[in-house]
Order: sequence, then structure tokens, then C-alpha cells
Amino acid sequence: MRVSNRKKVICLQGVSYSYPGTNNRIVLDNINLDVHAGEMLVLLGPNGSGKSTLARLMNGLLAPSCGQVLVDGLNTADDTSLWQVRKKVGMVFQNPDNQLVAATVEEELAFGMENLGFPPEEMMKRIREISARMQLDELLNFPPHRLSGGQKQRVAIASVLAIEPQALVLDEPTSMLDPAGRREVISELNRLKQSGKTVVLVTHDMTEAITADRIVVLVQGKAAFMGPPRECFSRVAWLQEIGLEIPPAAELARRIRGKGLVVPQDLYHVADWVEYLCQES
Amino acid sequence: MSLFSNITLGQYYPGASLLHRMDPRAKILALPLVMIMVLLADGTAGFIMSGIPVLLALLLAGIPPGTYWRGLKPLWAILLIGLAIQSLTYPGEKLWQWGMLSVSREGFILGMKLSYRLSLLILSTMLLTMTTTPMNLTAALEKLLQPLKKFGVPAHELAMMMTIALRFVPTLLEEAEAVMKAQQARGGSVSTGNLNQRLRASVALLVPLLAGSIRRADELAMAMEARGYRGDTGRTRLKQFKYRPVDIIVLTVLIALTIVVAADRWA
Repeated sequence: MRVSNRKKVICLQGVSYSYPGTNNRIVLDNINLDVHAGEMLVLLGPNGSGKSTLARLMNGLLAPSCGQVLVDGLNTADDTSLWQVRKKVGMVFQNPDNQLVAATVEEELAFGMENLGFPPEEMMKRIREISARMQLDELLNFPPHRLSGGQKQRVAIASVLAIEPQALVLDEPTSMLDPAGRREVISELNRLKQSGKTVVLVTHDMTEAITADRIVVLVQGKAAFMGPPRECFSRVAWLQEIGLEIPPAAELARRIRGKGLVVPQDLYHVADWVEYLCQES
Repeated sequence: MSLFSNITLGQYYPGASLLHRMDPRAKILALPLVMIMVLLADGTAGFIMSGIPVLLALLLAGIPPGTYWRGLKPLWAILLIGLAIQSLTYPGEKLWQWGMLSVSREGFILGMKLSYRLSLLILSTMLLTMTTTPMNLTAALEKLLQPLKKFGVPAHELAMMMTIALRFVPTLLEEAEAVMKAQQARGGSVSTGNLNQRLRASVALLVPLLAGSIRRADELAMAMEARGYRGDTGRTRLKQFKYRPVDIIVLTVLIALTIVVAADRWA
């Protein structure tokens, strides 16, 4: 897919970051990255590579130490436009328990809209729409502690989508979920991708990464790779060296090749395998 | 499923009675009126008048009497002790004597009055919390305190703190349970041993819980900010309250009754 000539939603220009009080230890080092409208960008990297920090720079939760972050042309370091920035870039975090504020799902969906001063009728309308679309209508009166992990994360996603942001940044949204919750969230992500939403997904789960339009691999605060998933996963040795696993389907292909059988190089996904095997027989 | 998964917060009793449907602001305003009335009441007429609204509300709330009974249970001891102290210590005409103890007529009447007032106060407060969800209570409180913001009362912040506290009680209970199980698995226990051992064990429970809630607070603050939270600047509310005729009527009647009771006392 050609994305280069599309609108840039988030623009990182020469961004460096070090947390205050850490002796200027560089967490991110001179990152140049554009997030284009409608693409799904996956940020990969071993622990401590700066993925979460990069995500937090994208909606002004952190301001870069060097360089600048532009969201739809607005500088995130500018306090006066910060609330505009947060309206344009929504954020979902890792821990489902620690990002729900309200006493019920309905109030939760309203929380972001309340902060941004939506009129009550508009909130009602959007809550109805979004809860119907994401099958949350039966949960509207539930308190958060009665929801499963996957449901909590879907509520978190829905409450961010309610303010209709231009882009959605998700910081390891599945890493604290059980397999069922993970499937729930991943299918939600796929729906988002199909609906043409701009998504930035931070993850270390390779099966999630394979669905990306573009992958950025961060190693020690530097963007070590930027490109399509297939190209990323063809660098098996390099990925292993920096401590990342390759997707199970690709690993299977690699091991089969190791046994001396001939299978194509580009089997990265279960779907690829299905296609390949069906075509053979 | 967790031990605490079925916990219901507060004493809210779901229903659709007149009391449930009243504007929570009106209910909150009615409470001090009832309290003033009950405390001002003196003499038979006053006591009857101040009792009527509470009794009427108890009947209208559509909550089974057993629920009120259970709510009052822990307070029976206080009511009885109050009655005993009043009747045993107040000087006056002796009704009954046993060795050094004597019950005076005046003391007994005073004690009965005290118990009557206390139970009315407790019942009216219970009615408020049983017919109003904690969520509506905090939202209504925020609305009512709004005018006091000019004098520096942090109305919105108070309401937000209450909301978050209520929201996290079940989460923290779950976490407490997890810590307790983890310690039991390693041979620690909060429920056995002498007092000293139990105290030590509960420190081992509280420290991780406290550390955990600080971490939670940090993450929650970040998540709230990411969703554009900045106090109540430019903030609107999903929940809109509207006074209906019934709310106005109830409040007017209560004000009138309070005046009558006050007049009865000082007349």
C-alpha cells in the first residue's frame, strides 16, 4: 500500500527524550517518523527500548527533550493546544484496571466527552452509537469490576473512540489479558483497521505485529528498522539478536527449511500457510 | 471468581418507587430538613409531626422492612446504652430501685426521646443511601456545592475523589485478596496466631496494598489526562438533573412542617 502521499496525522521530527532526573540517559534518540492517515503502524522493540515513551510523546503526555512532535500541525509542547492534541490522538493503556475512571460503563464512555465539554444530548447519541457498534449496550450499567479483562479493554477503546480522534495510540493493550480477552481486543483492532482508522499499536506480540501496514522496530531508543512487516520478519537473525521473537508461522517455516524441506521464504502468517498448502494440493 | 466479586457498594436497594425517582438533589436537601425537625421536636405533637415524614418515606420506598431492620441492627446497642445511661443517671422521681441503681421517671422519658430521635435520624439517612446510587449521590452533591465554589469549596474535586474512591474499592479488595492468598501460600496468615503475630501479618498485607494503590493512582492520573481531563474547566456532565413538581412539593411540605415544629417548640 502506498501511504507516503497521504495526510500526516502525527509527525515526529528529530525527537529525543530523556526522563528528568536520570542523568540525561537517552530513552529516545533522534526519531523521525510520520504516521499517515488510515495506516496501522506497529511499534516493536525489546523491553526498555522506548516504545511506551514514544507512544506517550504522540499525544503530549510527554514533551520531547529535543525536536518536535506535530499532531495535525499542532505542536504537542505548546500548552495552549494540548487539549486539541488530546482530542485528536486518543490513547489506550496496558492495564485495564487503571484506566477506567467512572462507576459504570456508560459514565466511562462519557468521561472523555465530559472533559471536552460536549453537550449532554450529543453524549447520549454517541454513547448509543458506539455501544451498539462495539456490542457494549448490554454492559452500559455495569460497574467496571464486573467486566472481564477483554471487556474492560474494549470499554477503554470505545471511550476513546467516542471523542472521534483522528488517531488511536494503544500501548500494549493485550499484554495483561488472558487468551480470550486478547482475541477479543485483537478482533476489535482488526475492525478498527478495516474501518480506516489510524492506529499506532505498541506491542511485543508478533502475531499482532504481522497485521500492520508498517513496522517500526526500536532498539535502545533508535529506530532500527522501518518498513513493511514481511521485510521485518525476513531478518530472522537480526530479530533474534535484539531479543525479539519471530511470528510462530514464520518460525515454523524456518524450522521446516532447517530440516531440508523446501518451502517459500514468505510464510509469516497462518493465512499464508493456508494459501500455500491449499495451492500445493 | 473472586471472593469479593458480588460486593454491592453502599446500601443501594434497586427499585422504582417515588423515592427512587426523586431528584437526588431534592433528597439530599430533604435530609437536613428532616434532621432539624427531629432535633427541634419537643412534646407529643412535635414528635408525631417529625415522625410522619420519615414513616411515610419508609412506606413509600418499597423496601422490605427486614432490610431496615438489618440496617439498624449494629445500632441497637448504642440506642439501648443511651437509654440505660439516661434513665440510670438522671435525677428525679424513682420508678424502680435495685441496690445502688435506680431508674428515674424523668430520665426514662429523656432516654426514650433520645432513642426515638436517634432512630429517626438513622432511618432517614438510610433512606437516602438506599434509594440513591452512590454515583447519583456524588453527582448531586457536586451540583449542590457548585455555588460554594466562589468561596473556595472544591466541589468538583470532592465529587471526583468520591467517584474514584468508590470505583476502586472493589479493585483494591481484589488486590488485597490476591496478596492474602500469596502470603497464605507461603505460610503467612492474617487470621491465626496471637494479636502480635496478626498485627505483623497485616503490615505485610498493607504495605504491598499501599504501594499498589500509589502505582494505580499514577497510572490513572496519566489515563485521565490522556483523555483531556483538566479539572472542571470546560467540563460538562452526562447526567442532568431536573427538579420535578413532586420534588418541589416534598421540599415545600418539609419546610412548612419544620416551621410548625419549631413554632410548637417555642410557642
